[in-house]
Amino acid sequence: MTHTPLKNSGFYSESPRSGILGWLLTTDHKRIGIMYLCCIIVMFIVAAILGLALRLELIAPGPTIMGAQTYNATFTVHGIIMIFLVIIPSIPATFGNLLLPIHIGARDVSFPKINLISWYCYIAGGILAIFSIFSGGGAPDTGWTFYVPFSTQTTTNVNLAVMGAFMLGFSSILTGLNFVTTIHRLRAKGMGWGRLPLFVWTLYSTAWIQVLATPMLGITLVLVLLERVFGAGLFDAARGGDPILYQHLFWIYSHPAVYIMILPAMGVISEIIPTFSRKPLFGYWAMAISSLAIAFAGSLVWAHHMYASGMSDFAILIFSFLTFVVAIPSAIKVFNWVATLYKGSIQLAPPMLFALAFIFQFAIGGLGGLALGAAASDIHLTDTTFVVGHFHYVMFGGTGFAFFAALHYWLPKFTGRMYNHKIAVISWGLMFVGFNVTYMSMQAVGIMGMPRRYYDYLPEFQTLNVVATIGSWVLAVSLAIMFINLWNGIRRGAPVGKNPWGGATLEWTIPSPPPLENFGEEDPIVTKGPYDYKGVVADEY
Amino acid sequence: MSIEHRDDTGARFGMWIFLYTEVILFGGLFILYAVALAKFPQQFAEASHKLNIYFGAANTLVLLASSLTIAMAITAVQRNKPKQAMVLCISTIVLAIIFLINKYFEWSAEIGHGIYPGSEHLAEMGPGITAFFNLYYFTAGLHGLHILIGGTLIGVVTVFIAKGKVNSERYTLLENSALYWHLVDLVWVFLFPLYYLIL
Repeated sequence: MTHTPLKNSGFYSESPRSGILGWLLTTDHKRIGIMYLCCIIVMFIVAAILGLALRLELIAPGPTIMGAQTYNATFTVHGIIMIFLVIIPSIPATFGNLLLPIHIGARDVSFPKINLISWYCYIAGGILAIFSIFSGGGAPDTGWTFYVPFSTQTTTNVNLAVMGAFMLGFSSILTGLNFVTTIHRLRAKGMGWGRLPLFVWTLYSTAWIQVLATPMLGITLVLVLLERVFGAGLFDAARGGDPILYQHLFWIYSHPAVYIMILPAMGVISEIIPTFSRKPLFGYWAMAISSLAIAFAGSLVWAHHMYASGMSDFAILIFSFLTFVVAIPSAIKVFNWVATLYKGSIQLAPPMLFALAFIFQFAIGGLGGLALGAAASDIHLTDTTFVVGHFHYVMFGGTGFAFFAALHYWLPKFTGRMYNHKIAVISWGLMFVGFNVTYMSMQAVGIMGMPRRYYDYLPEFQTLNVVATIGSWVLAVSLAIMFINLWNGIRRGAPVGKNPWGGATLEWTIPSPPPLENFGEEDPIVTKGPYDYKGVVADEY
Repeated sequence: MSIEHRDDTGARFGMWIFLYTEVILFGGLFILYAVALAKFPQQFAEASHKLNIYFGAANTLVLLASSLTIAMAITAVQRNKPKQAMVLCISTIVLAIIFLINKYFEWSAEIGHGIYPGSEHLAEMGPGITAFFNLYYFTAGLHGLHILIGGTLIGVVTVFIAKGKVNSERYTLLENSALYWHLVDLVWVFLFPLYYLIL
């Protein structure tokens, strides 16, 4: 590839302030999105290395590279970083910020300054979380769920980690608040609710969950902190408290939080599939409403994490039923994506491959979720590595792959350069194989009865653990190839025009990278739907 | 942004959503209260009688009065009377400070009796009473923190009125601060009966 300079550098060169301050004090949604993207990818790499270390430890029974305490701390920090610093903000905070205003024809979000504050909250939370590893009584070892009574008694540095998670929650609330207001107030002329891209619909549903559920996590974490500081005993049965209540309060947030993680990913897939099938999305309203339905129903199922905690059988029955209800809107989405593919003119570009892998893996993860949602099978499967495998299927195989799909789909838009497709396809193939080998083995060994969160295991589990560890190396190699390829694309790739993929949403009508004010002097007037491909032609690059 | 974007309705909309998050934040503590009350009804009544109802009632009056002054401040700004508005804002802040001083004396008396989270004396009184006082301190403490934040916010708005940045044309900031203040007031309106009156 030869190095060709870009014709325009868009928002990268237009800023009221120059240099680093132009970034640190910016209120431009695109710059904030890029800042989120950089931080999240750094955090992802850190936590992925921890995950790789966990898998390496499990290559043989007994301590291989670390002992019990280090293992506990490693999986805790892996979880905290991946959940609170990577997956929750991944798609909404990066691509939501980059795209939401452009998708609805606005110049920025409703509260640009609050948007910047939310980035600083994210940074503060990240710094606290990282400090907690190296200071105080050592890295937290409670698991990312901070379950009491252990979290109120352990001598490790839970305090800082909890404060970090609290700050990250605050950042998430501010982003959600901003998005809801933006979608209500700043849609361009002609951008009715029926013309919103599905990505905006999913961001809208996500933003509501962020606003409604996150404060519950905030108060719960504050209470854990107060327990540790004052020794009050609100979650201590001996002093009139109730440890099970902690689990309720925690999951009232943290179960909806998994929909914060997966809904925007579904939005990304709903953008990519129609573009590369050259067909309008099948069942627009079903897709839009099912996003809201997932957000709503998903808020009512939290106690399915607690079947083994000693709830009443009646409560288990209710929560099991509600859990099954969530499967309906999720299945609507899967069927509609497949129906969109049907008789489409499918083009297997890298974003599309990631999107197809998403559908495959999300379906496996989702069905595994039903096995866990049914009380009878959950009693057998709970606290085994099946749960870990299931969670990675939906979060990594789902949201992670959707995030990578979004990177391959939209990075050319925001950097103005295209990556190498052949290498992208190779990295996708390796990732698909590595991912499924790793986590399918974990699910299988979990069904055999291997408990999660142990650094040691019985010898009969070794074969599958070795397979999973080898899979994790393939996965790591593929991730390295993908990131290097994307980086090379950003630095030296061929310049792209406005619309390299032939998309019909508004971002493809403006230059790559977009200018500071997105649409120039005139506000856009929207005259057609987001998946109306008539007359839309992809640019050559 | 070179083109100034102004959307007062949007700003109020955002504030209402933020208030909702505050309701949920306190909601967690109300859930804990409900569960503990169901578990220890008698101990809760016993513990409630240890609280000084006069302190609570005085603070309720103080907060209700402060809600009135801040609401009047908005009307004053709308009628383009900045001086009057500043006086009303400062009265609100003074009332907030009175609330906190009152709270200080109330808490000092209770702590003097050995009743505070994690105390030996409290532990001897059994789990029900311990749960009541833990919740009482944490909920009222969180509420007190909100008084501090709200008071600071109104202080900032007062400066803005003085500088003319908040005026009869543009007063969303004052409205939003007042909304926040009303929420703080409203939370207390629920706390007061739950902890002092109904048991």
